[in-house]
Amino acid sequence: MITVKNLTKTYRVSRRNAGLLAAVKALGKRETETITALDNISFTVKSGEIVGYIGPNGAGKSSTVKILSGILTPDSGAVTVNGRVPWKQRKKHVSEIGVVFGQRTQLWWDVPVIDSFELLKDIYKTDDAVYRRNLTLLTERLDLSQLLRTPTRQLSLGQRMRCEIAASLLHDPKILFLDEPTIGLDAVSKIAIRNFIKELNREKGTTVILTTHDMQDIEALCERILLIGNGRILMDGTFEDVKSIKPDYKSLDELAFHLYKKYGITGGEAE
Amino acid sequence: MKLYFKFFLMHLKSRMAYKKSFFFSVVGRFLTSFTTFLTIVFLFDRFHVVKGYTMGEVLLTSGVTLMSFALAEMFFRGFDSMQFIIKDASFDRLLLRPRSLIFQVMCQMIEFGRIGIIIQSAIMLFIGVSLSGVTWTFQRVIVLILMIPTGSLLFSSLFLLHAAVCFFTLEGLEFVNILTYGAREYGSYPFDIYGNALLKICTYIIPYALTQYYPLQYLIGRTDSIWMGLVSILAPLFFIPTYALWRFGVRKYKSAGS
Amino acid sequence: MKAYLTYFKMRLIHSLQYRTAALAGVATQFFWGFMEIQLYRAFYAEHADVFPMTLSSLVSYIWLRQAFLALFNTWTFENELFRSVLDGNVAYELLRPTDLYFMWFSRTAAVRISKALLRFWPILLVAFLLPDPIGMSLPGSFGIFCLFVLSSILTLGVTVAFTLIVYFSCFYTLSSDGLRAILTPVSDLLAGGLLPVPFMPVFFQRIIKFSPFGSMLNAPLRIYSGNISGAETAETMLLQLIWLILLMCAGMLLQKKGMKRLSVQGG
Repeated sequence: MITVKNLTKTYRVSRRNAGLLAAVKALGKRETETITALDNISFTVKSGEIVGYIGPNGAGKSSTVKILSGILTPDSGAVTVNGRVPWKQRKKHVSEIGVVFGQRTQLWWDVPVIDSFELLKDIYKTDDAVYRRNLTLLTERLDLSQLLRTPTRQLSLGQRMRCEIAASLLHDPKILFLDEPTIGLDAVSKIAIRNFIKELNREKGTTVILTTHDMQDIEALCERILLIGNGRILMDGTFEDVKSIKPDYKSLDELAFHLYKKYGITGGEAE
Repeated sequence: MKLYFKFFLMHLKSRMAYKKSFFFSVVGRFLTSFTTFLTIVFLFDRFHVVKGYTMGEVLLTSGVTLMSFALAEMFFRGFDSMQFIIKDASFDRLLLRPRSLIFQVMCQMIEFGRIGIIIQSAIMLFIGVSLSGVTWTFQRVIVLILMIPTGSLLFSSLFLLHAAVCFFTLEGLEFVNILTYGAREYGSYPFDIYGNALLKICTYIIPYALTQYYPLQYLIGRTDSIWMGLVSILAPLFFIPTYALWRFGVRKYKSAGS
Repeated sequence: MKAYLTYFKMRLIHSLQYRTAALAGVATQFFWGFMEIQLYRAFYAEHADVFPMTLSSLVSYIWLRQAFLALFNTWTFENELFRSVLDGNVAYELLRPTDLYFMWFSRTAAVRISKALLRFWPILLVAFLLPDPIGMSLPGSFGIFCLFVLSSILTLGVTVAFTLIVYFSCFYTLSSDGLRAILTPVSDLLAGGLLPVPFMPVFFQRIIKFSPFGSMLNAPLRIYSGNISGAETAETMLLQLIWLILLMCAGMLLQKKGMKRLSVQGG
């Protein structure tokens, strides 16, 4: 389903010191620095898997997801998703994937949610029957019936996230990318979303790639875990493998801490 | 086209959530182009003629330019907000959808205030046509009608150019505004007013003069060559290099944030 | 006083960061000025006799206006200040040990000065180096230069006081976009931003002279270029001073009343 081989991505960023003098100096010449976000990584994902993609901030999670979904073009390396190269056959590729960003919205702010859904149907050229079926199913499973007529700006974060997930599944994608889908949600919403993702995967066989900082998401959902740090894949295993690092852990956060420590990435912000 | 209409409705619904500010911005837009009109009238009130052009001829030029610009802005205004689309990473979302990127950016901003401007520029064009003293023949009408869509396509290419530049600079370059909003203002007068060097630039580098100065010479009878009148159809070729730059920019796109 | 200075320094650092923006702004202002001068030259070539200013006065007027655009234009507003009035957050400003009106006054002035500091000198430098018909000329005397500086300070004051009235009137109108959309073209025209005032019809000139807009950017530029001289200079600057005081009083009044409304509505 997804194969990634020797993928590398670098960025250039400019830097400047604080203060008025440094600001004046920077008028002339700016120092730039090259940062390696992804350093020669390779992995494969089979159809129907739920893969948790974890690692500290700035480790390269987002870059990977953005390359796999066709937003970014890598410096080098080969990627195929459903047999296509995402950044080369963009339109065909994206009509078969769904992407949810936990911190952004794809719904129109001032109009009722259902209007956004209808527009998405047209954007994705979704078949009428498929759209109706998915809408009914998603409305029932995500409990949206009360929300569809409400403008997005009036929804709570949890309600909005349920609508976001529905929006990205209306066109029957084979792969669903979830970027921190439970960030900032209350316990009830989190559990509802986890249960829904599990059902979706079981019933439709949708492949799910999940990036998160929430170890509970990982424990509840993922058969397989990829740990990334400093642009490299450091571990590819199961939740059991993670647990074996510290079998007597008291909380999942503590377990994550020991995991990061073992691989030397406790520095947190790996700039 | 159907999808464009859907986007149109969505924008309308969003805007109607804020009716009052919508109304005032339409009035404001109207006043903005009215001041352009007023300065021309003020200047001709004092001077009557410039470089052999009468007020009617200048108002005709100004009406054509304003109309071409208004049509381009109506559809391509979204490209003007490219810097924000890139900054808040909503361009990510556009890349995730199975539709042409240019089409999607066009759909990002559809302004209804424009309709007012189009009506207004139609009125100005009408005033210009009636004051210009041109004897209208069939050929001249064709030449006039061609000036508008070709000028529009040229302005649209320039909006696209501005958007393409944003991929490299990450912020809008005020300077590029000269080529769009600036040209709308300067284009009120035939380009030879500004001197020979500028006329050359507007002929060979950014071909504004092809849709404005040369056809105008034919309209007001300064030349009998119909080819001068029809040269406007070459201007849309400017789209080719700007499109190439846009494509190159998309490949260089760096998604902001994490 | 120190708080205002620190704020000014922060603004300066902030605007220095936008190097490309400043450079692009300079190039834009310069090109715009050049085009305008070319236009007036075409008129001058045919009608030197009815030209209401000398060509060299006009050229200096245009270059100065372009160089100090950030300082003198009537249409730069900060969204942050609008929002703060509209959503009532302005009430929190009362928690600070500074006077709200003067804090905003100096803040607005600082934004304009810091932008202008970065942009004015490259434009003037090139304008002075340009050959005669389109080049900028020196003021008639050192005295005229001093009057120009003084009048510029008054213009900055009048312009800032005007923008503050616009901010505070949002206590009552509740739609900043609309207000801006209408004020921008009207104030720009009346202040002489589009067409120098002497080029307008006589009755228009008379209205403008006794409106606050006549005390904005056209005053120092015409003093510098010698279009206004002698007793008329004194009259112009007196009008500027009167308008500065009137607009400031009106702004303070609007602010005090608006704040009272805010506390009555409460929340």
